[in-house]
Amino acid sequence: MAILVIAEHDNASLQPATLNAVSAAVKIGGDIHVLVAGSGCGAAAEAAAKVAGVAKVKVADAAHYADQTAENIAALVIANAAGYSHVIAPATTGGKNFMPRVAALLDVAQISDIVGVESADTFVRPIYAGNVLATVQSADAVKVITVRTTAFEAAAEGGSAAVETVAAAADSGQTKLVGRELTKSARPELTAAKIIVSGGRGVGNSENYHALLEPLADKLGAALGASRAAVDAGFVPNDYQVGQTGKIVAPQLYVAVGISGAIQHLAGMKDSKVIVAINKDPEAPIFQVADYGLVADLFEVVPQLTAAL
Amino acid sequence: MKVLVPVKRVVDYNVKVRVKSDGTGVDIANVKMSMNPFDEIAIEEAVRLKEAGTATEVIAVSAGLAGCQETLRTAMAIGADRGILIETDAELQPLAVAKLLKALVDKEQPKLVVLGKQAIDDDANQTGQMLAALLGWPQATFASKVMIAGDKATVTREVDGGLETLEMSLPAIITTDLRLNEPRYATLPNIMKAKKKPLDTVTPDALGVDVAPRLKTLKVAEPAKRQAGVKVADVADLIAKLKNEAKVI
Ligand SMILES: Cc1cc2nc3c(=O)[nH]c(=O)nc-3n(C[C@H](O)[C@H](O)[C@H](O)COP(=O)(O)OP(=O)(O)OC[C@H]3O[C@@H](n4cnc5c(N)ncnc54)[C@H](O)[C@@H]3O)c2cc1C
Ligand SMILES: Nc1ncnc2c1ncn2[C@@H]1O[C@H](COP(=O)(O)O)[C@@H](O)[C@H]1O
Repeated sequence: MAILVIAEHDNASLQPATLNAVSAAVKIGGDIHVLVAGSGCGAAAEAAAKVAGVAKVKVADAAHYADQTAENIAALVIANAAGYSHVIAPATTGGKNFMPRVAALLDVAQISDIVGVESADTFVRPIYAGNVLATVQSADAVKVITVRTTAFEAAAEGGSAAVETVAAAADSGQTKLVGRELTKSARPELTAAKIIVSGGRGVGNSENYHALLEPLADKLGAALGASRAAVDAGFVPNDYQVGQTGKIVAPQLYVAVGISGAIQHLAGMKDSKVIVAINKDPEAPIFQVADYGLVADLFEVVPQLTAAL
Repeated sequence: MKVLVPVKRVVDYNVKVRVKSDGTGVDIANVKMSMNPFDEIAIEEAVRLKEAGTATEVIAVSAGLAGCQETLRTAMAIGADRGILIETDAELQPLAVAKLLKALVDKEQPKLVVLGKQAIDDDANQTGQMLAALLGWPQATFASKVMIAGDKATVTREVDGGLETLEMSLPAIITTDLRLNEPRYATLPNIMKAKKKPLDTVTPDALGVDVAPRLKTLKVAEPAKRQAGVKVADVADLIAKLKNEAKVI
């Protein structure tokens, strides 16, 4: 059995999500190959070769992989899929974008967002915003899988895989990237952070969000997150959103400030090790999952907390 | 240009579902059903394209039980011109839905299909991308802004690092994210009007599609419940607990 893991990277380095996907592949068992598609992506391929458990790295280096468009990445995966029992990618916005194309072109189901591996054909995945875990068995010849990164440890370094060049597939030319507005931040990346400070509608506005939560996050060395309500209201950009339809996080410590705890929000953070909730409403559902709840006005206690740390 | 919008009937997003006691599935008897929230956004976007004179006709499609008619009427009350029900009591997985939709696209020849990015019951996030692959069309998923000019669509997408903007030529697939628009409320007169709009029914057989599921659900279970913790008295108490008990700071 051989497994093909599709790397997520920025050409210079591997994104940590790739390491979680490799761990899921290790659980399934078999020879693990990693496909790196990019433009000038030699360094990312070298990094993939050093991941423990990886037997081979295949690199397709071409200008039309620079923007990771779904049409081109899917075509390349299909051209390289022969002989693999499983094709795996992390369930990031990248993996979610191209993997269903791969599955449809192979005429197989996709198993989305797995959180557990029972056997080579049986997997556990959350449905209904994580309120239910389904154990599903695939009858397809090839299993196309996306992996919830928080459910699998990152694979360690220590491998020395061979790196092999594979031919690029033709450029479909169907979509063209015309702009990218990436949020720049010196803080840890949300999905990889050990501590997250997250703000909701209760914070009131963008100025408050930054004035109150940034100093707290600075003290804790934390990443910043938000509820959908806070993002919709424009307090922070979309990539701060935690939840069923935003990012799934599982830090050591999650501090929810002025967040009520709707099921769609809980879906994204309830696997955090320790949850702190600060909310003035003692009945807020967030307290049902919080290890430590502080019923108080956030405008009073957040500055106190920052000062006391 | 015609725009096709697939709408799924799902358990309302406010309902917390329960697993059946024998672990074979989720109990959805007698719970409130609604249109998948992302699909409401998709219908709204298509209707706005029609109001702007870009689209000529908006067709809503739903696959599933007869009850999906209600979802189609809702879509027509928002402004879709007609509805198509692909009626079946078979369990439908995303690949099967994508194949059914492809058969309809071949028939109706829309220039644009707008789907939700994800159904909030199966949380699959697959159907739009699969349909794009089956048709050989370009795709722009997780859209937060759509502009159509002539034969080109320019779409801003929500991605993990922020936003990106893609340009593609039509025909194409778009899937909606939450911030694309705010769907209007259907007014009573529009709900009444929707009852008179055409609603056709077809079957998977008539479309020549094999919808047999590829994944078998062996069991479903509720995840381990998180125990509610304690309420702390004040900030000093909280810090003490985080330092000494949880040891996370
Ligand atoms: C299809 C769909 C997908 C969704 N996906 C997501 C998702 O991915 N992530 C997500 O977060 N949501 C998501 N939602 C939205 C979700 O249902 C809730 O609407 C949202 O999470 C609410 O955000 P909130 O807790 O910030 O706001 P609210 O529910 O308005 O809560 C604000 C809280 O702040 C408290 N508060 C106010 N003032 C103060 C003060 N001075 N001091 C202390 N506390 C105060 C209030 O008591 C209240 O509990 C989704 C919804 C739908 C329909
Ligand atoms: N049974 C269905 N009928 C109509 N549209 C559907 C159906 N299933 C999925 N869709 C569409 O596909 C989108 C994504 O669904 P999914 O891939 O299941 O997460 C939904 O938001 C709908 O637009």
